[in-house]
Amino acid sequence: MRIVHSMLHDLVAIGDDVDAIADIITNVGLAVEDVSRVGGTVDGVITARVLRTERHPDAAKVHRVFVDNGDGVERHVWCGAFNMQPGDIIPLATPGTVMPDGRAIEPKPILGISSDGMLCSARELGLGDDHTGILILPAATPLGVPYGEALGMEEEVVYDIDVLRNRPDAYGHLGVARDVAAKLGLSVALAPVLPAPQAPTRTATVELVDGDRCPRFTSVVLSGVKVGPSPDWMARRLTAAGMRPINNVVDVSNYVMLETNQPNHAYDFDTLGGGGFRVRLAREGETMITLDDTERTLTADDLLICDATDRPIGIAGIMGGQNTEISDSTTVIALETAWFEPAAIMRSVVRMGLRTEASARFERGMDTHGIDRSTARFVELLSLTCPDLVVHDGAVDARTPQLPVPAVLRVRPARVGALLGAAFTAEQIRALIEPIGFLCTPAGEDLDVTVPTWRPDCTGEIDIVEEVARLFGYDLLGKTVPKSTVPGGLSGVQQRRRRLRDVLLGLGLSEAMPHPFLTAGELEKAGLPADSVRLVNPLVVGDDLLRTSLRPGLLKAVAFNESHRRSAVSLFEIGHVYPPSTDVLPAEYEALGVVIAGADAPAAVAVWRELATAMGWGARLDQGTVPAGLHPARSATLSLGKDAIGVVGEVHPDVAEAFDVTERVAILELNLSVLLANEPKPAAWKPTSRFPSSDLDLAFVLPESVTAEKLDKAIRQAAGNLLVELTLFDVYRGTGLPETTRSLAYRLRLQSLERTLTDDDVAQLRAKIEAATKKMGAVLRS
Amino acid sequence: MIDQILAAKDSAVARLAAATSSDDVRAVELEVLGKKGSLTDLKAGLGKLATIEEKKQAGRALNEATTEVSAALAARLGEFRRSERAVQLEVERLDLTEVTRKPGRGHAHVVTQAWQRLEDAFIGLGFQVAEGPEVETDWYNFEALNMPANHPARSMHDTFYVDHGAPGSTVLRTHTSPVQIRVMQTTPPPIYMVMPGRVFRNETTDATHLAVFHQIEGLVIDRGITLADLAGTIESFTKAFFGEGFTSRLRPSYFPFTEPSAEFDIRTPKGNWLELGGCGMVHPNVLRAGGIDPEEFSGFAFGFGIDRMAKERHSINDVREMYTNDIRFLEQF
Repeated sequence: MRIVHSMLHDLVAIGDDVDAIADIITNVGLAVEDVSRVGGTVDGVITARVLRTERHPDAAKVHRVFVDNGDGVERHVWCGAFNMQPGDIIPLATPGTVMPDGRAIEPKPILGISSDGMLCSARELGLGDDHTGILILPAATPLGVPYGEALGMEEEVVYDIDVLRNRPDAYGHLGVARDVAAKLGLSVALAPVLPAPQAPTRTATVELVDGDRCPRFTSVVLSGVKVGPSPDWMARRLTAAGMRPINNVVDVSNYVMLETNQPNHAYDFDTLGGGGFRVRLAREGETMITLDDTERTLTADDLLICDATDRPIGIAGIMGGQNTEISDSTTVIALETAWFEPAAIMRSVVRMGLRTEASARFERGMDTHGIDRSTARFVELLSLTCPDLVVHDGAVDARTPQLPVPAVLRVRPARVGALLGAAFTAEQIRALIEPIGFLCTPAGEDLDVTVPTWRPDCTGEIDIVEEVARLFGYDLLGKTVPKSTVPGGLSGVQQRRRRLRDVLLGLGLSEAMPHPFLTAGELEKAGLPADSVRLVNPLVVGDDLLRTSLRPGLLKAVAFNESHRRSAVSLFEIGHVYPPSTDVLPAEYEALGVVIAGADAPAAVAVWRELATAMGWGARLDQGTVPAGLHPARSATLSLGKDAIGVVGEVHPDVAEAFDVTERVAILELNLSVLLANEPKPAAWKPTSRFPSSDLDLAFVLPESVTAEKLDKAIRQAAGNLLVELTLFDVYRGTGLPETTRSLAYRLRLQSLERTLTDDDVAQLRAKIEAATKKMGAVLRS
Repeated sequence: MIDQILAAKDSAVARLAAATSSDDVRAVELEVLGKKGSLTDLKAGLGKLATIEEKKQAGRALNEATTEVSAALAARLGEFRRSERAVQLEVERLDLTEVTRKPGRGHAHVVTQAWQRLEDAFIGLGFQVAEGPEVETDWYNFEALNMPANHPARSMHDTFYVDHGAPGSTVLRTHTSPVQIRVMQTTPPPIYMVMPGRVFRNETTDATHLAVFHQIEGLVIDRGITLADLAGTIESFTKAFFGEGFTSRLRPSYFPFTEPSAEFDIRTPKGNWLELGGCGMVHPNVLRAGGIDPEEFSGFAFGFGIDRMAKERHSINDVREMYTNDIRFLEQF
């Protein structure tokens, strides 16, 4: 909301210290986001007369303009606009001038000929949007003077404030003025008095058909209107507030809205069918053309202002119709000012996608009793340009029982103190909030507070607590620290997640954070079921599936890095996935995804084993069940009891290809919601032996059908307690071995807790292992 | 015999003094103390002495000689070892900047780093950490937070709706505040909790805005909690997280789920104010939605963005850079 300093000043004597006023406005909760100065003169821009213009044979887009700024010296300026004639008075920005956009004017030569400044368009001077040519000033303008002075321009200071939803009143200068006045201990200017109505009686009748949606509607007929331009000051202030001056009637209407916050609408009374208003809901599908030249199709929930013949002339609270627009020949107007039900206005606005200055106010809730002030101010301001203005007898103020009455709230000073951390007496509370219109009546220890009609946001005691804090000043309430009475710290799951991340980082994996939305087809590309939950309103069309797996995101990350000459990246992600479900919410859970590009399946198994040891996880690795999207001969499902908790292996080459990944990718995916849920038993200490150890190297030829894991297990079982370490150190396939077998070489470290092992012990153990592994088809190589 | 002992000793000491390498020293050791060494031979001859007194005297002399020679031996050997080791060490000299092997560590995401630093700061102030689902019901995301259907403040949130259940019933949470309600429903006060997590806003991304980002939110509910307690907690956090030279302030603002509401700003040691986040006293309607009696307990809540902490800390000029998953970005932190 653009609050114009001079308009605020009309309402409360705030002085000229702009920075101090900005601070006050911010500190009462209406954050000033920017203070700007508009419409003033730009230092260094002076008036000059065009003497002659001249084309240069080598310059197509610019020409040479010779000007005189009053000192009789001919100055030369390059110019890209051609709209001036010799004799025209134009604004000349002299060298050294800093333009409103921050550009400094320098004597920049073109074709070796320097320019003695720059001729300015209206836009370049911050005077509007016109950039079609150089601004031509009135012929009588003196030369060599600041152009703003010549134009009678004055600077307006504008506070751009962020009005939040709880302050509908602060969309008007009056609402801001009330807060500022209270803070400064000043009063707000009284409302003007409406001149006494005169005969003859002229009435714009009012019929409220759907009065629940329009509990108050006033009309007054004004004659003696002469449509013309507004006074300069009004046009300037409107411009500063961001509105375009049109004519005195429309400008007064807008000005009154900006000042008092109350929207109003002036109709040409002579074009108002039946000489009156009828307020009713639209018929489903009914259409009308609004002021912006657009045909609007309405629903039975949109409220219409019709004339007395039932012809729609405006969408209530949103926009007027074209048919009763004020024209240059208008002499009598019917001024409508009303109060509409806010939630219904908001529904219509959302439905039509049409938000206007008026609707923005009505949907937030207007002052039910702000109409009188706004009508009086309308008449006062219009009289300035229409001295013959007559307020006619016969004004209408139609009301229905649905018009809200001011709330009366019981406020307990003890409660106020308990929430703010500083004691307030009833009297202190009254002194703080009465200046902004809250009337306080003692009720025992407490207060009955009548909410002003312009603050419909205040509906409970807590709202008054906030008003007290706001007006007292948050910064004066002090800072205390409550003593936490609970032990601070991470939960078990959170501690385990941190440990997991530390282990992953220690393994050299870096953490990625891919986008959680997928586009259609990405799950299938990753070899996963397409079934997923969809966003109703995605930000980017097509980017609308909630991921059910971290895989597509990680593969896209691998592809991205590959395409930037970073192959062999090792990444992990810990993040949520959202599979569909028939429950209240999708079956969201936390997952871990690991991808190691340029590595084959065992690299992922190695990560799994390291994690399993570090985290105390046990899970079965089942190579018989091939997980979707993974290499059919190089992947496994990880299961805990009957439940699959993850997959490990290598990405299917088709999947890699589909994601434009050219490397092999080892992959591990785990369900962390399951795995992190339980605290694993802490690792139990195993004593280390004080006796010497012996190493035994054994190589087995094993059919491909038997996994190394099975052989491991058989060796461990046969060796028993004496085996303290088992390492697979070589795998060999090829020459010298039977088809469909391979050789696995292990180093066994043998050690007893009780004694030094003898050669005999080792030989016995070897025999035992040989016997045990033979059963599974392993042949011990000698 | 004593003369022989002294002569053998003197000769050994002299030879040790003249030795030029540890090998020379070992040769002396062998010749004097070895199996057939001169002092060893003399020791064997002790038995042939006539009187006990002679044996005693010779024995003592022999012991002294052996001790003296051993000491000289060890001293000389030490000297040679030191000098020989010194030569060897010099031979092994390396240019330590000739590093060809890079062990490589993994890099935690910058947002995770900021997230954990924030959690740790609050844990230090006595807070616990709570989490909740990212896909939420309309009730938890809006209604329980004092934003019933058609509440105007809903338009402050650009909400992603999820096609799940009845139309409009499921959303991607627009803030971490629904976790407040879940915590209140499951944890009786006192509650001192922070709630970090991923949130979603359906708004166009640019250098400072993301549609998917992270927030951390705090919730304190106890008897007698005041707005001054909120200001003090924000101040403690500011100093714990940013440093002693930083201070904070509250400015009135509006959020449907808190009242009184405030924005909080922090002041850098250089005197600049930075807007950090929103906060306020938990609205009585929100306490009720969480099953807590607002007449018995009061509380405050605050929240702010995690991504921005990472962005500011590392001077990243565009938040979108953090989510490219470009290894050249990830490895920088």
